[in-house]
Amino acid sequence: MQKISGFLCGVVFGLGLAISGMLNPGKVSAFLDLAGAWDPSLAFVMGGGLAVNLFAFRLLQKRQAPLLAGQFFMPKASDIDRNLIIGALLFGVGWALAGLCPGPAIASLIYGSGDGVLFFVCMMAGLQLSRYFKKS
Amino acid sequence: MTIDFVNFTPGAALLGGGLIGLAAALLYALNGRIMGASGIAGGALAGIFNSSEREGLGWRLAFMGGVLIGPVIFALVTGNLPEQEFIAQDSRLILAGLIVGLGTGLGSGCTSGHGICGLARFSPRSLAAVVIFMASGFIATFIFNHVVGL
Repeated sequence: MQKISGFLCGVVFGLGLAISGMLNPGKVSAFLDLAGAWDPSLAFVMGGGLAVNLFAFRLLQKRQAPLLAGQFFMPKASDIDRNLIIGALLFGVGWALAGLCPGPAIASLIYGSGDGVLFFVCMMAGLQLSRYFKKS
Repeated sequence: MTIDFVNFTPGAALLGGGLIGLAAALLYALNGRIMGASGIAGGALAGIFNSSEREGLGWRLAFMGGVLIGPVIFALVTGNLPEQEFIAQDSRLILAGLIVGLGTGLGSGCTSGHGICGLARFSPRSLAAVVIFMASGFIATFIFNHVVGL
């Protein structure tokens, strides 16, 4: 069942990405380009997502468990450590370089372009690499 | 700064963003999981390579498969996949991919995990991450576009 619900959530996420224009690196870059012709759209994407999720999370706080699994899987870390800070700094740089973040990178595979596959493969390599740095 | 009113799409952004939020809410309500794209992709990769981390591999791969289908639905309704204009090629694209993977892995999240989910949970870690990666993104873009001229 969790595979079916996981798949459906992915579809809704992918559709949201498509409608919002977040599959377009040019549009994302235009948001990050404050000194250029600034496109605020990404802020509205975040705003829309947060509004729905804030409401949903508040409702779900009261539950002991989700509907299809035995427990809620919350992140375990609580402090703002070096990995978080350096990771976020790096992510911002990579995001600025190509205008792509992980969600759109997965969705972009559907275009079947070499560039999309290349970015995705490199991103996965980077993710795997991060595990070694995180251990130390 | 000039606002690009021609390309600014507040309606589509809000609608798409709302759907993204809905997806996150559903994944949490049904599977009890945070919808962080980097975490899901990284977790799937770890599960493929390490038999000890195979727990949850099924739903993660299913989620990633679903993400691919979303744009297909968009294409079926509107006639085309959304417009896509890459800003990086070749070595710049490779470097960007590596850095995004490394950064989201180290930082334990991205725009969906920290931005959409973490902020909604009032997570201090996510707030710090969002502030830092946004600032980093703005500053890096300024340097690439207006100082170095990449």
